[in-house]
Amino acid sequence: MPSVQFTAHLRKVAPTEPVTVAGATLRLALDEIFARHPQVRSYILDDQARLRKHVVIFVDGERVQGGSDLALNVSPDSQIYVLQALSGG
Amino acid sequence: MASRMLVGSRKGLFILEPEKQGAWRIARQAFLGQPVSMVLHDPRDGALYAALNLGHFGAKLHRSDDSGASWTEVAVPAFPKVEGKDDAPSVGMVWALEAAGSDMPGVIWAGTMPAGLFRSTDKGATWTLNPAFEAIPSKPKWFGGGNDAPGLHSIAIHPTDSRRMVVGVSCGGAWGTEDAGASWAGAGKGMWAAYMPPEERDNPSIQDPHRIVRCRDHPETLWIQHHNAQFRSTDGAGEWSTISETFGFAVAAHPRDAKTAWFVPAQKDEMRIPADGDFCVLKTEDGGRSFRRITAGLPAAPCFDLVYRHALDVDGEGRDLAFGSTTGNLWASGDGGENWRVVSHHMPPIYCLKLLQ
Repeated sequence: MPSVQFTAHLRKVAPTEPVTVAGATLRLALDEIFARHPQVRSYILDDQARLRKHVVIFVDGERVQGGSDLALNVSPDSQIYVLQALSGG
Repeated sequence: MASRMLVGSRKGLFILEPEKQGAWRIARQAFLGQPVSMVLHDPRDGALYAALNLGHFGAKLHRSDDSGASWTEVAVPAFPKVEGKDDAPSVGMVWALEAAGSDMPGVIWAGTMPAGLFRSTDKGATWTLNPAFEAIPSKPKWFGGGNDAPGLHSIAIHPTDSRRMVVGVSCGGAWGTEDAGASWAGAGKGMWAAYMPPEERDNPSIQDPHRIVRCRDHPETLWIQHHNAQFRSTDGAGEWSTISETFGFAVAAHPRDAKTAWFVPAQKDEMRIPADGDFCVLKTEDGGRSFRRITAGLPAAPCFDLVYRHALDVDGEGRDLAFGSTTGNLWASGDGGENWRVVSHHMPPIYCLKLLQ
């Protein structure tokens, strides 16, 4: 099952340990996290459910940039990291 | 006299309390390291609100019900999701927060960038976008002033009839409602724009009022610091008169005296520093017919402090004032702005300031 790890900067609203999810796409994987931790959703996605401009997600080492619609497929052993982009200062 | 001062800065919220002889000290701090774009004290229930502008994680809103000792994150205004529209808006920043009066219990309003007007009736637990404001026909043509998107920065609520409000947008002019936002009419007649082609100069929808403030005891009087001028209205924003052509951001209206207001000017839009490095407060006591430059207690030239539109406030008596700059300097006056005293030279860049009774 894919595993999602959040930056420690989000420790007040997101899990601090990796979380395993069942999602076939990045969006489904995140939706599962948001269902369990509703507060983190607006920290990662904007009002239009786009990935925030200065949030970066790495899926198996590949960078998914802000603005993405998160349709990327993930595999059962994918490692997903949700981080602050340095572009945000 | 003011009992507390809320200062929202690039690196957090500071709550100051007055000491003897006009000094102030930081009594509480919150959200250290985080930009605070707007603060509100709701006098009806004592609640404090702080809007954060987290560059990575978006706008957030927190409320304190114990004078700032502890904070709870509440909902933040958000635009509705629109399918199939790539450029549908998302709130970048909360840029105005105001409480309605006792005639509209529980209602608080928020203005955002991109420009939107939102209302909460449950202390920020939920927010509703004002549909009539969204439907203003010229709204799609508004544009950003110094920012990529237009921003709603001023909500001037009539002190005894909360249904009546004047809101200001950079750059989208001024708009008035008499029915608590069910309908809106232009409130920009008399403003003019030096930055537009001549035929657009008087177009109310592209005006850039930087800040709109209202006289509490004479609410038909409002003042504007605009991008290229200062304006005053004595008929509830029906019409604006030019009182000077000075650039700046901040203006404060005397709560009791309709003829008195304070401005903190800068040189011009292409040179956003005090004119010739000469820092001052401009005070008018005759409705804008004349101004006095006040420098007592303020630094001599060269001084490069700039005061943002929300970073000057006056108390409920018109005697205590305070303002803070983007250089992290904070000053206060206890005599109607005639003499100033430094509170701190070491604040983070200051974004907003409120004096509480």
